[in-house]
Amino acid sequence: MSLREMAKQPDLLAPGHRLCAGCGEAVTARLVLKAVRGPTIVTAATGCLEVATTIFPYTAWDLPWIHTAFENAAANASGIEAAFRAMKRKGRGPLAKYEHIDVIAFAGDGGTYDIGLQALSGALERGHDFVYVLLDNEAYMNTGIQRSGGTPRCAATTTSPAGRVIPGKREWKKPIDEIVVAHEIPYVATVSASYPTDLIRKMRCALEAEGPAFIHAFVPCPRGWRFPSEQTIALGRLAVQTCLFPLWECRLEEGRPRYTLSSPSLSIAKNPERKRPIEEYLEKQGRFRHLFRPERRDDLIKEIQEWVDLKWERLLEKAL
Amino acid sequence: MTVVEQKLLGLNGDEAVAYAIKQVNPDVVAAYPITPQTIIVERFSEYVADGEVETEFIAVESEHSALSTCIGAEAAGGRAFTCTAANGLALMWEMTYIAASLRLPIVMAVVNRALSAPINIHNDHSDSMGARDSGWIQLYCENSQEAYDTAIQAWRIGEHPEVQLPVMICLDGFILSHTLENVLTLPDEVVREFIGERSFPRVQGHLGEAEFRLDPEHPITMGPLDLYDFYFEHKRPQVEAMKRALPVIEEVGREYGRISGRTYSLLHPYRLEDAEIAVVGLGSTMGTARVVVDRLRSRGVKAGLLRVRAFRPFPAHEILKALSHVEAVGVLDRCASFGALGGPLFMEVRNAFYDSAERPIISDYIYGLGGRDMSMEMLEEVFKSLEEDRRAGRPLELVRYIGLRE
Repeated sequence: MSLREMAKQPDLLAPGHRLCAGCGEAVTARLVLKAVRGPTIVTAATGCLEVATTIFPYTAWDLPWIHTAFENAAANASGIEAAFRAMKRKGRGPLAKYEHIDVIAFAGDGGTYDIGLQALSGALERGHDFVYVLLDNEAYMNTGIQRSGGTPRCAATTTSPAGRVIPGKREWKKPIDEIVVAHEIPYVATVSASYPTDLIRKMRCALEAEGPAFIHAFVPCPRGWRFPSEQTIALGRLAVQTCLFPLWECRLEEGRPRYTLSSPSLSIAKNPERKRPIEEYLEKQGRFRHLFRPERRDDLIKEIQEWVDLKWERLLEKAL
Repeated sequence: MTVVEQKLLGLNGDEAVAYAIKQVNPDVVAAYPITPQTIIVERFSEYVADGEVETEFIAVESEHSALSTCIGAEAAGGRAFTCTAANGLALMWEMTYIAASLRLPIVMAVVNRALSAPINIHNDHSDSMGARDSGWIQLYCENSQEAYDTAIQAWRIGEHPEVQLPVMICLDGFILSHTLENVLTLPDEVVREFIGERSFPRVQGHLGEAEFRLDPEHPITMGPLDLYDFYFEHKRPQVEAMKRALPVIEEVGREYGRISGRTYSLLHPYRLEDAEIAVVGLGSTMGTARVVVDRLRSRGVKAGLLRVRAFRPFPAHEILKALSHVEAVGVLDRCASFGALGGPLFMEVRNAFYDSAERPIISDYIYGLGGRDMSMEMLEEVFKSLEEDRRAGRPLELVRYIGLRE
């Protein structure tokens, strides 16, 4: 879809919601919904997106939408999708008249890496036809920036503060994409709102896939990451350019996961000199400030760079 | 309508529920196995495998997801069923409140089993009693026949336009779930005609009036953030819907009686009209108690019983009418409520009489925890102590424990 066509698509997430200025979730959700191809039902886990868009009696959602709890977006989606299938089979029930209904589940990193992992795994294993969109802002932002399994090493959060002894979170980010790919589902992709046409294309592929599809969106959070709200798109771009969050998609072809890099990660793979140092990304965020002040922690910056390099190399082994 | 011809089948309680749900043919059944509920999911899986139902059966990865899946299915306008027991219901706890508060008439069979710890697979009511304030209608069954009959009536009760609440069918683990009984079953088409199609309340959505379901043509937002300015207003109608369920349970029970010959109500009294002493209780124990009442009556003791079928909503008014003339009432609680004055049923029954001029002597009998049998001899012991209370004109003990080594 071209930018011109995108602009013509209706906004299914209406303006006027109460997400923060510069919130990556708002931009991402709006773009995700630009890919909608027909009758669609949305379910969302508890989190910023849910609380800020549905404060009763207002709502920002221009499609049927349901939230029930934190850990069960994938289970709610399973039920919606199954009810539609049953009604189709019977030729009875309110959804029976539709040729197809797309089901989208939105959840944050807390609702995916941590508390919702079991429900997600179950739904993927059972093969429900739905798209799970992970809005990864790398901490429990809705409750006040607590660390999650998606929080990167060294990031300061309110439950992994940078103290005099411990420099922020001690664990590395959980490899959620590999966990999902291991379920052998038809389609997995990483996206960033900084690359909107890529995002919409992949979301459409995810909707078209028969069976479960997983979209991992990297979602900068100005409040939680401590950066100016006008920098959301730039920071998202930097995450891709440093290869911290490469853009790729993975299709299951003849039982094998086939990884393909997307632009600009593909051009970085071909021209490694274009890969930018992780320090450029880290220094722009207050959550990593303790790596630079009061004294510079070259040891930790180096460790993070090595981790990024290793992960990137491992991706290239699979994607090329 | 006249009573229809019925087929007699040998079914245990779990099979009776599974058979009824097969006839109901819901859109989605999502369940996770837990003893003593497993037979329901096993039988239902067989119906699916043999193409006897059109249901999507989803073998979910946890009870939490079982109920979450049912919630998704019902929100989408389907009919959904699940079943569980004990720890499974405890794991669902968060979603029980959400299902009820979203006003989704899901039907769930709870095959009553003791809660851990220590782990125990046998019957008591600690599981469903833990969910008594979750906003679900709770109907306790005495035998497999009633489990079958209730698994059909539940849809009509929960989906009634004045109610719109989920329904829990409670049946005693092992005592009913694994015991073969003769069960009269209705023809499939009679069941389908009785339950009809699900209808939806109309609500004011943000784009105008809409049916309360996930409808691509008339989208509404379900389960929004609802703070101190509206939450309270959304809770009061739930309270009212529960009250409105009382006459609906009776009405559906009568209508079911007309086609099946088996009429159900909120309360099922036995030889209570002239009783001086009586027990009040739930579930299968009341079948045993009926035999004991007959035995005592043959000895000239004016004994009676009141079986409470509907615990939620609690039929306080009907309880008053049924028991006011009785001199000493023993409440049988198969559940302990730690730190409370007595068991859950005792607290409700006793509370119902607070404003009444005619108040029987009321005491509590906690029994059968973890599946300990309630024998006829133990029930005779209960009646004996009630007789002593009656003579003394007061409860000699407010809470007694029956069948316990102390």
